[in-house]
Amino acid sequence: MKPFLREKVPVNFEDVPDTTSFEAGYLVTKNAGWRNVRPVIDTAKCVGCLNCYLYCPDGVIFKKDGKVAIDYDFCKGCGICKKICKVQAIELEAEK
Amino acid sequence: MAKQFLSGDEAFAYGIRLARPHVISAYPITPQTIVVEKLSEFVEDGSLKSEFIHVESEHSALSCAIGASSVGARAFTATSSQGLLYMAECLPYAAGGRFPIVMMNANRSTALPWNIYGDQRDSLSQLDSGWIQAYAENAQEALDLALLGYYIAENKAVSTPFMANLDGFVLTHTYEVVDVPSQEQADEFLPLFETENKMSLEKPKNLAFSAGPDTNSIFKYKEHIGILNAKSVIAEAEGKFEAIFGRKYTGLTENYQTEDADYILITLGSISGLVREIVDKLRKNGEKVGLLKIRYMRPFPNEEIAQAVKNAKAVAVLEKDISFGNEGAVYTNVNSALQKAEINIPSSNYIGGLGGKNISPQEIEDIFAEIKSGISDIKFLGIGGV
Amino acid sequence: MAVTAKTLNETEFFYGHKACAGCGGSLAVRIALKVLGENAIAVLPAGCMSAVGFNFPQLCFGNNAIISTFAGTASMLTGVQAGLKAQGITDFQAVGFAGDGGTADIGIQALSGAIDRNDDILYICYDNEAYMNTGIQKSSLTPFGAKTTTTPAGKNIHGNIRPKKNMFEIVAAHGIPYAATASVGYLNDFMKKVEKAKSIKGTKYIHILAPCPTGWGIKTDETVEIAKEVVDCGLWYLAEYENGNFTLNHKPNEFSDIEKYLKKQARFKHLTDGDIEIIRKSRDEKWEYINKNFK
Repeated sequence: MKPFLREKVPVNFEDVPDTTSFEAGYLVTKNAGWRNVRPVIDTAKCVGCLNCYLYCPDGVIFKKDGKVAIDYDFCKGCGICKKICKVQAIELEAEK
Repeated sequence: MAKQFLSGDEAFAYGIRLARPHVISAYPITPQTIVVEKLSEFVEDGSLKSEFIHVESEHSALSCAIGASSVGARAFTATSSQGLLYMAECLPYAAGGRFPIVMMNANRSTALPWNIYGDQRDSLSQLDSGWIQAYAENAQEALDLALLGYYIAENKAVSTPFMANLDGFVLTHTYEVVDVPSQEQADEFLPLFETENKMSLEKPKNLAFSAGPDTNSIFKYKEHIGILNAKSVIAEAEGKFEAIFGRKYTGLTENYQTEDADYILITLGSISGLVREIVDKLRKNGEKVGLLKIRYMRPFPNEEIAQAVKNAKAVAVLEKDISFGNEGAVYTNVNSALQKAEINIPSSNYIGGLGGKNISPQEIEDIFAEIKSGISDIKFLGIGGV
Repeated sequence: MAVTAKTLNETEFFYGHKACAGCGGSLAVRIALKVLGENAIAVLPAGCMSAVGFNFPQLCFGNNAIISTFAGTASMLTGVQAGLKAQGITDFQAVGFAGDGGTADIGIQALSGAIDRNDDILYICYDNEAYMNTGIQKSSLTPFGAKTTTTPAGKNIHGNIRPKKNMFEIVAAHGIPYAATASVGYLNDFMKKVEKAKSIKGTKYIHILAPCPTGWGIKTDETVEIAKEVVDCGLWYLAEYENGNFTLNHKPNEFSDIEKYLKKQARFKHLTDGDIEIIRKSRDEKWEYINKNFK
């Protein structure tokens, strides 16, 4: 199962478990705020080789319509995808 | 039920066989070795179906037991002295993770100087680790604590690891006639281990995580409540135990002739047998003396102690332990119980039996004589040379 | 057929974690879990990956996962494996992810014990060549010459004076069923090795070099290329140990420039020509050994 964002942030007494065990893959915060640059995919250039998907340390690049797309909620903007892309289909744009 | 002639270590191993743990992690240390040797024989002869893991250290022994418990398996390990200290990192880990592991500790002195004989400085140094701590007086109680231990530890409201302490050599290696219950009786007493605090393929979980300042206190408070809940569960377990096995235990403490006693000696472990004899002797001379045996150091019997000594004129604590730079740890705990109950009587502390030093009947008599003086004092036994 | 980016399990199991941007260790964990699938039960000791993945209530493993004590990765794996086996559960893979310090220093005793017992576990060491989680201190897998916060580079001493401990061959010397080296610069090779390890019973060990931009002093986008380069210049190698034999999986025709590799990283900036010559010489000796003893 892929970890995903939840609405409830269990930090109150009744929500905190009795033991140090909890549902797997429980996310309450995004990583988008870490980013200085945003990778943007030029789908016209993308050949769907999946190298960026394979080498992304955060796993935020996913397959879409034979090509790839990015989950910007969790991309940290490291730039590995741009470097690894053989057809220069990814550009980094400054985050405002 | 069958009567057998067993040492304390052997009796504990028989108790563990009856509890049928899934995983046993074993590393030898004197005077615990007989337990793991005996269990390996049970596994070899097929009378115990456990995964028997030859770990390479005590740290790994408890780490392995935690791993087993984290997938819902019943786990056992045993240690002593330096071994307990070597695994010390894993003690609060098991307690904080609320893994109901049962561990036998053969009470033994800790280096330096090196010494393989019994005192209780090893386990008492770990009072704050979050484990339930029980102290057995004899081999029968040792066997019974193996079963009671799992019952208490695995109760959902408790979910706390259980350390059963046996005095090194005096109890671990001394043979007594022991009633060994049948497997049917044991199964009737001890339910299967069921927990939600585990990793399972059906319900994936993340365990043993970090908790920052926001929630850390909540986790620690809940851990504290868990071990306090053991008080009522111990009573429940002992009630069921008596109904099935016919042996009665008395909870966190055991009182002997304390009802009308003016002077009460408080102690724990195997020395209690000798103190009982001296109480009988002095009672024959008309002296109103009594024994309060602490069976559980955690959860601590604050109310039970206060109740038992409230009409006494003075008390003394005899323990095989010293918290260097202060006093015996048991004494500190007892005084706290008295103070909270507003019992303002003299209390003395006798540090004895260190490194296996014999405590003589005369010394016990002397303690009873001295506490009548009404002076609070801390005194070492056994430093007069040989 | 070997698993590739196209056939790899599409589910992400390690997601939303707080590792630094461009973290090589998180890439190794992510890919290994995708190869192993949802029945992997992960044990991670104190260290980067547990620190970034398990902050309640932000829990970043989609599969079962637990933090062990720093020294206890292998022993906890043993307990997990034995605990499930004793309950009749067999369709899982217990996998450990420990860093270089957690493996080659504080965890080596427990690891050795587990291999000795031949427990059915997979142990993956993500090697970023220093204690990165505590702020870049030297471990026994820090290479010669590297500047860390406990091996400063000054006039008298030029960083770490000791070579990297040879964990791969130490593990192999136990007679382990399967051991391998890998690099996050060569993920297809790594995936193949994880897949192979999954199919082998007994203890498996994979040592994957995983650059840390923060600790190595490289840009966040350089992790993968530096992890390729370390293999290409011969300072790391891709190999396997199986059935008593060592196999080299990737033999560079000629080594790329060692100095170029080193000088890209802030941790090696201070190295003199003499220091670099020592590194080159030790590389050549290593390869002489590999060429002689590895198939």
